[in-house]
Amino acid sequence: MLRKKECVAMLLAGGQGSRLYALTSNIAKPAVSFGAKYRIIDFPLSNCINSGIDTVGVLTQYQPLVLNEYVGNGQPWDLDRTFGGVHILSPYEAKKDTSWYKGTANAIYQNIRFMKMYDPEYVLILSGDHIYKMDYDKMLAAHKAANADCTIACMQVPMKEASRFGILNTNPDGTIYEFEEKPKQPKSDLASMGIYIFTASKLFKYLEEDDKNPDSEKDFGKNVLPAMLNAGEKMYSYRFEGYWKDVGTISSLWEANMDLLGVVPNFELTDTDRVIHSRSPLAPPAFVEGEVINSIVATGGEIEGKIVNSVIGTNCVIEKGAEVVDSVLMGNITVKAGAKVTYSIVDEDVTICEKAVVGTDKAEAVKVESKTNGITVLGRGITVSKNGKVAAGEIVDKNV
Amino acid sequence: MATTVGVIFSSINEEDIPELTKVRSTGSVPYGGRYRLVDFALSNMVNSGITTVGMITKNNYQSLMDHIGSGKYWDLARKDGGLILLPPYSDETETLYKNRLEALKGAMAFLRKAKEDFVVLADSDAVYKLDYSKVIEAHIAKNADITMVYHEHELVKSHYYMAFETDKNDKITDIQINPTGKGVKKNYINVMVARTSFLLRLIQDAIQHGYTSFGKDILSPGVKTYNLYAYKFDGYYANICSLESYFKANMALLDKNVRQEIFGDRDVYTKVNDSAPAKFAASAVVKNSLVSDGCVIEGTVENCVLFRGVKIGKGSVVKNCILMTDNIVGDNCKLAYVVSDKNSVIRDKRELAGCEVQPYFINKGSLI
Repeated sequence: MLRKKECVAMLLAGGQGSRLYALTSNIAKPAVSFGAKYRIIDFPLSNCINSGIDTVGVLTQYQPLVLNEYVGNGQPWDLDRTFGGVHILSPYEAKKDTSWYKGTANAIYQNIRFMKMYDPEYVLILSGDHIYKMDYDKMLAAHKAANADCTIACMQVPMKEASRFGILNTNPDGTIYEFEEKPKQPKSDLASMGIYIFTASKLFKYLEEDDKNPDSEKDFGKNVLPAMLNAGEKMYSYRFEGYWKDVGTISSLWEANMDLLGVVPNFELTDTDRVIHSRSPLAPPAFVEGEVINSIVATGGEIEGKIVNSVIGTNCVIEKGAEVVDSVLMGNITVKAGAKVTYSIVDEDVTICEKAVVGTDKAEAVKVESKTNGITVLGRGITVSKNGKVAAGEIVDKNV
Repeated sequence: MATTVGVIFSSINEEDIPELTKVRSTGSVPYGGRYRLVDFALSNMVNSGITTVGMITKNNYQSLMDHIGSGKYWDLARKDGGLILLPPYSDETETLYKNRLEALKGAMAFLRKAKEDFVVLADSDAVYKLDYSKVIEAHIAKNADITMVYHEHELVKSHYYMAFETDKNDKITDIQINPTGKGVKKNYINVMVARTSFLLRLIQDAIQHGYTSFGKDILSPGVKTYNLYAYKFDGYYANICSLESYFKANMALLDKNVRQEIFGDRDVYTKVNDSAPAKFAASAVVKNSLVSDGCVIEGTVENCVLFRGVKIGKGSVVKNCILMTDNIVGDNCKLAYVVSDKNSVIRDKRELAGCEVQPYFINKGSLI
């Protein structure tokens, strides 16, 4: 029997995420911690398995160690399969044309042989830096129903922010007549979410043509999609309604974490039918003795201090008299007695010693001129010494 | 290094906690927020370097199987060895095993196949962290036939405990099957090490002689004929043999030192469930409690162990309670000394109370 997969997903996870500064000094953006117990890549991977897609290529390039180790054999997402499953696809050496991935389209192009192993009808292209829950199967059904060559997921954004996105200009029937990458004068508020379904044969054809074009930047948004549009291929928009957030910047990452708080949060993770899977750590339940208000706390915590409006990752120790307010603590963080962390994002394995002060009250901090909207960022593995001080908006990746 | 195979009795002593074992075997009794009792013996084995474990089951082992699955969470899903379930085995004359000896008889095929030199037998009704390889080292050093692990404590309940006396070299000089009297004794914790071949000979011999009790017919008289040695375990040990001891053993985890000993240093493996992190509402007040993933707390919680997915409504006050997975407590309830099995719902404004020695028990899936 010939074995094949109807749809193969390709997850672009190679980006550096330079606007996350210290958080991505040593790890790729999709491996950045999110929401106390997750990593960003949990979202697209879980969406895949929850949509019935069990074959996923993860394209890595920048600092892949943590990401590779985290994805592993894919078991936490039920993606350990005898045929299909999750595969890490890193750039490789070939007889000629040895190269790094030179853009999103080139990364997919270099892995055409991977996709062809599964003889798919459709290919789903995903990004590794978005927080959302989506049923790709519904999008695939729409793609099939329209007999489309390419379907682009999109959502409405406020008009004044539209120029930050790839904007789709569509006809009433949902077909796309124009695609504009970050237009200065947007004609529509429909932003591309960077999620594409291609009919596989068309994708392979246009990727091969794009590769031969020396003027191309090898980018989906800039080159491949416009080329298909110009050639008159059938391109459809697919409206997504629900929570979706690009967490490519410090402030958007902070906001997305805060969106998890509250009994009725902006983004709900507790529903049981579309569970976000993750490589759950083996820590015991959190021990809580202090004051924890409007916050989420992952397992393994020893919480004896005060926590307000914050996201506390796995195995964090908040000592008596310590205070964490409006902050995101990623995991394995110790905040010692008398220390105060305010309006900050703290990466994994950080120790904040006694009476140290990190960040400033949000109301004050947002007035500070900084690259992060006043959010203080502590990089992985550092120690803030006793009585140490890190000001609002500072990005620190060395001991202070 | 000596190679070792493990055998776990997952259903032994079920009659001691009928409330909790009505719907499951001893090994799958939920404990400590996210664990099952079997996790402790099984993790001890894995952390001792044992990679082949036979698990003897009896009846109602559906929830146990659901928990351990292929054994992958213990790294025991192996091509060679791994976790092997040993369901009740019967020839024409026997049906379900009635005691430990008959249970072992059913495991003989597994043990014969085992290539490992030594075997560790352990029950699954206790919470403790013990490196079994240390017991085997002692076993080899003493040239023992059988090494039995004991823990010194005051006798709580006597009917299945064995207690022994030893000489100064740890050689067992007397085994009491039904120890009585007050005071600290050397209580056998049902962890035993032997050479695999020796254990097989013992079982074979017992079958031939029609013995019915491993303790009474083999171990107790064996004091004279075999080299039986004792190994002292002096860490934290909690045997779950009643609802009261179940309550106490859960509450013990609120002590930092106990948590450190049981969970620090080496992991306790368990089935992973991808619940979202615990959520504390603006109205939450939580003191001295363990809170698992998936909990949503809007009320007051003090001295409690909350399992995964427990919801505590607004205005409710929950003190000294153990609420198992997916318990839902409505608004303005008052709960004290309640042990509630999985999936129960407690409606708004209910007031339920037990006491420390007799917690109020709520059956699995109740609506109150």
